Amino acid sequence: MAVAAPDTALPHTAARANLAHALKDAAITALISFALLLPLIGFKTVQNMRNELELETRIPLLLAIVAIITAARLFGSLVIEPWRERRALRPHAEDARLTALKTTFANWFTPFAMGFVLVYPLIIMVFFPQGALKWIDNFGIQILIYIMLGWGLNIVVGLAGLLDLGYVAFYAVGSYAYALLAKEFGLSFWILLPLAGILSAFWGVLLGFPVLRLRGDYLAIVTLAFGEIIRLILINWVSFTGGYAGVSGIPRPTLFGIPFNATEQGFAATFGLEFNPIHRTLFLYYVILALGLVTAYVTIRLRQLPVGRAWEALREDEIACRSLGINTTNTKLTAFAMGAMFAGFAGSFFAARQGFISPESFTFLESATILSIVVLGGMGSMIGVAVAAVVMIGGTEIMRELDFLKYIFGNDFDPTQYRMLIFGFAMVLIMIWKPRGLVGTREPSAFYKERRTILGSHVKEGHG
Amino acid sequence: MTAGPAAPVLRVEHLTMRFGGLVAVDDLSFAAARGGITALIGPNGAGKTTVFNCITGFYKPTEGRIALAHGDGAIWDEVDTLTDRGTRSLHRGGEALFLLERMPDYLVTQQARVARTFQNIRLFTGMTVFENMLVAQHNTLMVSSGYTLIGVLAPHIYGRAEKAAVEKARYWLEQTDLLERADDPAGDLPYGAQRRLEIARAMCTDPVLLCLDEPAAGLNPRESHQLNELLLSIRREHTTSILLIEHDMSVVMQISDHVVVLDYGVKISDGTPEAVRNDQKVVAAYLGVEDEEVAKVEAEVGL
Amino acid sequence: MEVFVQQLINGITLGSIYGLIAIGYTMVFGIIGMVNFAHGDVFMVSSFIALIALLILTTWLGMASVALALLIVLIVAMVFTSLVNWVIERVAYRPLRGSFRLAPLISAIGMSIFLSNFVQVTQGPRNKSVPPLLQDVIVIMEGNGYDVTISYRQLIIWSITAVLLAAFWYLVSKTSLGRAQRACEQDQKMAALVGVDVDRTISITFVIGAALAAVAGTMYLMYYGVVNFSDGFVPGIKAFTAAVLGGIGSLPGAVIGGILIGLIETMWSAYFSIDYKDVAAFSILAITLIFLPQGLLGRPEVEKV
Ligand SMILES: Nc1ncnc2c1ncn2[C@@H]1O[C@H](COP(=O)(O)OP(=O)(O)OP(=O)(O)O)[C@@H](O)[C@H]1O
Ligand SMILES: [Mg+2]
Repeated sequence: MAVAAPDTALPHTAARANLAHALKDAAITALISFALLLPLIGFKTVQNMRNELELETRIPLLLAIVAIITAARLFGSLVIEPWRERRALRPHAEDARLTALKTTFANWFTPFAMGFVLVYPLIIMVFFPQGALKWIDNFGIQILIYIMLGWGLNIVVGLAGLLDLGYVAFYAVGSYAYALLAKEFGLSFWILLPLAGILSAFWGVLLGFPVLRLRGDYLAIVTLAFGEIIRLILINWVSFTGGYAGVSGIPRPTLFGIPFNATEQGFAATFGLEFNPIHRTLFLYYVILALGLVTAYVTIRLRQLPVGRAWEALREDEIACRSLGINTTNTKLTAFAMGAMFAGFAGSFFAARQGFISPESFTFLESATILSIVVLGGMGSMIGVAVAAVVMIGGTEIMRELDFLKYIFGNDFDPTQYRMLIFGFAMVLIMIWKPRGLVGTREPSAFYKERRTILGSHVKEGHG
Repeated sequence: MTAGPAAPVLRVEHLTMRFGGLVAVDDLSFAAARGGITALIGPNGAGKTTVFNCITGFYKPTEGRIALAHGDGAIWDEVDTLTDRGTRSLHRGGEALFLLERMPDYLVTQQARVARTFQNIRLFTGMTVFENMLVAQHNTLMVSSGYTLIGVLAPHIYGRAEKAAVEKARYWLEQTDLLERADDPAGDLPYGAQRRLEIARAMCTDPVLLCLDEPAAGLNPRESHQLNELLLSIRREHTTSILLIEHDMSVVMQISDHVVVLDYGVKISDGTPEAVRNDQKVVAAYLGVEDEEVAKVEAEVGL
Repeated sequence: MEVFVQQLINGITLGSIYGLIAIGYTMVFGIIGMVNFAHGDVFMVSSFIALIALLILTTWLGMASVALALLIVLIVAMVFTSLVNWVIERVAYRPLRGSFRLAPLISAIGMSIFLSNFVQVTQGPRNKSVPPLLQDVIVIMEGNGYDVTISYRQLIIWSITAVLLAAFWYLVSKTSLGRAQRACEQDQKMAALVGVDVDRTISITFVIGAALAAVAGTMYLMYYGVVNFSDGFVPGIKAFTAAVLGGIGSLPGAVIGGILIGLIETMWSAYFSIDYKDVAAFSILAITLIFLPQGLLGRPEVEKV
């Protein structure tokens, strides 16, 4: 907007030109959004008694939405844009106090977050005793599973720069490995957990081997294809996997052989407690927390070892890696296998927690969600990934809890319907807001004298 | 040093590289002297980088043999045996012979110990200068980390092994005057420093032969002079031989022991800097004289 | 033999639909190097727009001529779908142009999730079926107990595809728009320097891709007579497979790839197992990429060091 020039002599003309411009802009927006939304919001297809499709109109709704969009646009160009321009003109010197605050925050965030997840179930039990089960399970355990999956995929995408759109396949392998082996051979969770991880890693190598010489988007598409193939096999190989019906009655994990049930041998009876399903939930919470911490520890260690550094170097420049004598195929395979292994752990935990699994849980949407957690978190940043998992998964879970909206919009209103709609749109918005993710900087894996954070603009994103 | 200057470190024989119809390198033969600096020069598009890519395994040559010897060169008499045997390398006593055209790129560095830099600098820009130096020591560190297992389970054992790597990194950063900037991202360095870092990084692989693709490109005269000093000190203090592509004649003429000139993939001259400088064909190729005139010039010099 | 010919006819019909969608993938990939994940859902949206237009014409206006109604539906679907894709590009992709490579991909995945859920919320989750149109068939081969037929629907699909492809081919190879597109493919900065309006060219690419997807969407509705909000994903992936198989970036490749995928799918269903027909399609995608990454008609990528 040329009018933003600081011509203080004629403030009125400038302001008026601004207003005229904004109005014209809003009018165009109104027109476009009207046309855009006319078919799908203006009309609704409904089935009548004879099972024929009929049309209903929803013109008031259409007009209301168009009005909201137009108003938002007008607000944007009259209030937000001038504000941003003024802010851009202001000298940039950052407040020293603000910087200090930011550093303190960054320094204290990790220990605080760690402490919080350790006591989270206890806090919940003390303050929300009725809904405790749901809050620990749907929020705590659910989010921790995604954090673990995010950290696993972070090795592949964030560190090694290999775009994997079929990550959920390894999650599925881990789940089915646990479910089928536990049902078939009655092996315990603690034996099958590492086994499932190894099996997933093996599949990672098997699938990775032919595809890792592909670059960039091609790799993404082949991994997507593999993910879908595995899901379709799970659906169609009914005799082995149970098809759509899935596997049910999966043995639940025990505490050194002590099951969490109401029997004499059960956990509650053994420890002289009153039986309460929350015991198992608490147990599962701390199991997945421990698994997550192991993942974090191993990943942090690996980053400081030659393998991890080679992953990152690979993301930066594969040809330079080869010129330094690094076997890039092996390096990629280890990244793939590592990522797959953590997915396998998470998968077997998932199966043990649910007691029931089906191909429904391993759709492309799942891969997309995990990938978006990694990218939103900021590639390579473990804290970022964890925060992104809390925001994305916690956010969509919260939307199940918005029953109070029924009082506003009437009883027909079902907020859960809008969950994925908002989820998808949030992905777009967050990318536009922070294309490099929440944590856009990189922490060096080693330093000579002092550790200095690296700006995201230097860090490459990988090509393969 | 029994074999003397007669025993080269690298021998390129009848190297030909075709891209479809284009013959980028045409039946090229030359040798690089052990402990010396050999320069490969020629006009743009002459095929110099292609020769490097063939030597370092990035391209598979259409024809020809590229052999490299470790040790003092007595093993050269086995080169035909090795060629016939069809394997990649041959070891005898402390010496070894490699046929580079049979090796994949990473093994050329890892086993034959040939390191290189790139015409368009390839650093790990998002990693620090120091990290770049550690990545270059990947293979040694991999062994000391027990292929990661020891590194994860017993960090202190690995920590000790890493000390040597840190020391080597420090040494080369000092040599290239980059120690001050060790903890800065490589992408933040000015151009000249990036070129030096690429050389330092390549030296971290302990090369027998260092291939530099236009290391002086984009440097100012002072930096170019520093580069000369650096290369001379590498030659003086280490057993690394250098193969150098360069357009900057002040670098070529001052430091190289031997110059090979390429034009349209064909070797047109080969000799000491003085000899090459006075070669009419080289002058003609560089000045880009018309074809008839080249013929005339060539007739003059008797070809 | 009769079965084979019948499957050939069905496969080419299905393949035409895939081919039309595949062009949208190939063009966008060619010009901004991005896999437009939402394209399958744009196709699905176009099917719904066509459905609504058809209902307006038949149940409200009582239009009798099926041919005329189809023509109007086709045009309406093309116009509105183009608008949808134009807005998507403006909102979700343009702000991310030239930034981090994964950002537009995630944005496109988000858009894809948004579109399918938008249709689910606004039109409901159930299958929408319309009474079959143009059911007449022509028997072209009489076997013992098995007639090979070709329906009017199939004929219409073939001819519309052929006409549109011809027009489209003219547009991208003979006009200044096509030249601008190729220039942007090569080097956007340079194209901008020599006066090509890059933003506009990219917008038009999305509009053309959407228009062709809308044709596919209309024909899909007409052919199967039913659509669902989740119908974007699988046809989208298959069309993308077609684009890859033909050589991504190559327009004739997209069409040939589409027809191949259509044929493979119908033949596989007829001779092997219908359950595994999608596995076959995905396997072909993987195998093509592994052994022939440049596709049938694409140019191989050289790695310059
Ligand atoms: N991968 C490739 N595919 C096709 N042609 C190639 C390839 N690599 C190099 N060429 C061609 O080979 C010829 C020699 O190129 P090369 O890069 O070796 O020249 P150069 O001597 O290094 O030139 P400069 O001084 O400009 O760096 C050029 O015509 C180039 O286009
Ligand atoms: Mg060159």
